[in-house]
Amino acid sequence: MDGSLLSLHDIGKNFGPVQALSGVNLDIPAGQVTALVGDNGAGKSTLIKTISGIWEPSEGQLIWQGKRVHFRSPRDATDAGIATVYQDLALCDNLDIVENMLLGHEVRRHLLLDEVSMEQTAKQTLSDLRVTTVRNIRQPVGSLSGGQRQAVAVAKAVMLDARLVIMDEPTAALGVSQTALVLDLIGRLAKRGIGVLVVSHNLTDVFQVADRLAVLYLGRLVSAGPAADYDTASAVDLMTTGATQRNRGADRAARTPDSGPEG
Amino acid sequence: MASRNPEPERGTVTTDGMPSDSQEEAAVLAAPPELIAGSIGQYVRLWLKRVRSGESGALPVIVGLIVIVLIFQLKSSLFLSAGNLVNLMTQAAFIITLGMAEVFVLLLGEIDLAAGFTAACGAVIALYLVAKNYPWWVAVLACLAATGAYGAVQGFVITRLRLPSFVVTLAGFLGLSGLLLFLIDATGKIGVGGVIRLNNDILNDIESGALNPTASWIVMIVLVVVAGLLLFLRDRRRRISGLVAPPVSITLLKIAVIAVAGVIVVLVGNTNRGTALFAVRGLPWVVLVVLGILVIYTVLLGRTRFGRYIYAIGGNAEAARRAGVNTNRIRVVAFALCGMTAGITGIILASYLGSISSGVNGGQNVLNAVAAAVIGGTSLFGGRGKMMDALLGGLVVGVIANGLQLLGLAADAQLMWTALVLVAAVTVDSLTRRGRSSS
Repeated sequence: MDGSLLSLHDIGKNFGPVQALSGVNLDIPAGQVTALVGDNGAGKSTLIKTISGIWEPSEGQLIWQGKRVHFRSPRDATDAGIATVYQDLALCDNLDIVENMLLGHEVRRHLLLDEVSMEQTAKQTLSDLRVTTVRNIRQPVGSLSGGQRQAVAVAKAVMLDARLVIMDEPTAALGVSQTALVLDLIGRLAKRGIGVLVVSHNLTDVFQVADRLAVLYLGRLVSAGPAADYDTASAVDLMTTGATQRNRGADRAARTPDSGPEG
Repeated sequence: MASRNPEPERGTVTTDGMPSDSQEEAAVLAAPPELIAGSIGQYVRLWLKRVRSGESGALPVIVGLIVIVLIFQLKSSLFLSAGNLVNLMTQAAFIITLGMAEVFVLLLGEIDLAAGFTAACGAVIALYLVAKNYPWWVAVLACLAATGAYGAVQGFVITRLRLPSFVVTLAGFLGLSGLLLFLIDATGKIGVGGVIRLNNDILNDIESGALNPTASWIVMIVLVVVAGLLLFLRDRRRRISGLVAPPVSITLLKIAVIAVAGVIVVLVGNTNRGTALFAVRGLPWVVLVVLGILVIYTVLLGRTRFGRYIYAIGGNAEAARRAGVNTNRIRVVAFALCGMTAGITGIILASYLGSISSGVNGGQNVLNAVAAAVIGGTSLFGGRGKMMDALLGGLVVGVIANGLQLLGLAADAQLMWTALVLVAAVTVDSLTRRGRSSS
């Protein structure tokens, strides 16, 4: 709880008689990558939608930077500093990179758009994040590769001073090199002191980038802790059955100490 | 749980971590050539490369226009006479402005089928007020207020009730064609026989009046100088701020193209199109009206927040909403602007005809206007298009009608030829786009 960016206290969410989430307690620290894993229907999407203001929780509290908050709309969450990056919903293919990054936050000068200062801002943010594969920031986003699109969406969130970036399946539908690009970017976000919550099915990617792991099973958080305490086998057990018989300490010893990026 | 099969990515497929040649090439092709090229030669090469890869921009419609013009000139030497070209400008004006009205909603992926009758009803309001001896500008303002408000109502119904614009504006089309008859009837003696005459010199002069030749030159020179200055200042500011700016030579080339176009239009307008005894010279006022609207709307779409949001909604409405854009309000304003521009069209149409009657073909006019925008390159699916498209496409539609009339062919041939050109334009567009996605 100490210094947590976002704390979830007994979060529950039901849709009529269907209990999608119950009693979820989770701390998401700043400067670390927290991976949220679980099988289909475990409640991952429901949980991030609750955090990002799309749905209000039915019970429990959200503590954001030490204060209790109620997000009534995605806009509330964005304004507070929580940015959610959806792979396909975030960008307009027909607009260029600068236009996309500044969408909704355009800079004006004498009532007209100030393209020069917007381009400078976008350029600066991209170079801060060392997104270098983009050749020209005036090309339409539709011409970018999947990884580059993801990078633009993340850069947009960072530019708006997000303190917590939530990424929903950031590496789904990406090729090998593109996945590497996105994972690299996620690691760099954490180094900048931003909290990152990654929802993913892909345990290879998760173990490559996550500092902490949280496992959902049938709407309940069954396990959470440093990523080094888990391995693929125990994570799969938890995701599919909600429990694991494996000895965590042994697992931890069996893992090479430097196998996960520790920030 | 197993890692998912990587799906093929857009544009290029790379296998290694470094940006490959093809990826780099895709970036070059996607960006505006003036921001990459260092010289005119390079610019032309990049531009040709883009055209070959499907990013042809306005090229197909300009080439098509030239071909059609050449065909008509071969068939009838009168076609390129000054008199006929000025005729063409006055005939095409209302298709062009109605096309601009449609661009606002087409960019959203919507359509306004009622605009032709919005124009006619607006014209009735204006002409009625003029006949009642109100000043012309009161009549114009009342017309624009009414048509703009009607457009806003359509937009409101479409966004609030989440109904498809096709159906809502189809209902508007039917309703307004009835309202047109009702309004003309309600004017009593003014609209006797279903026709309201336009008895106002200023409004009549939009289509039939002309600047004097000297004024035509002055206006043209001022416009070119202002456009050139703005282009230079913009590039200079980019350079000072350390951003990539087009080389001076390319900026000069652009200004030269604008200047040449201006000189040609003024030369055509200033050539005597009357007789030796009774000379008629000068640029028709309507050319300035259309250019003025074009400039204002181009700035609105390209340089304001509102315009940016229209493109964003047309590209990905959900992304725009998540970025905090009030998508419903933007949509309603776009429909209101579409209605208001239809009102302007109504006044131009009335000025062209010298009257407005219950026989106005609002259905055909609006479909011609949509055809004009699409021929010019505006997408029916939203997100892609410019105000300039309506001008170029409207000229194509106007040239076909004018040329076939000149050849003595009747409406049947005109309509069928317009149909063929529309299909050809959409085919070219779709083929080049397919080329783009597979290159």
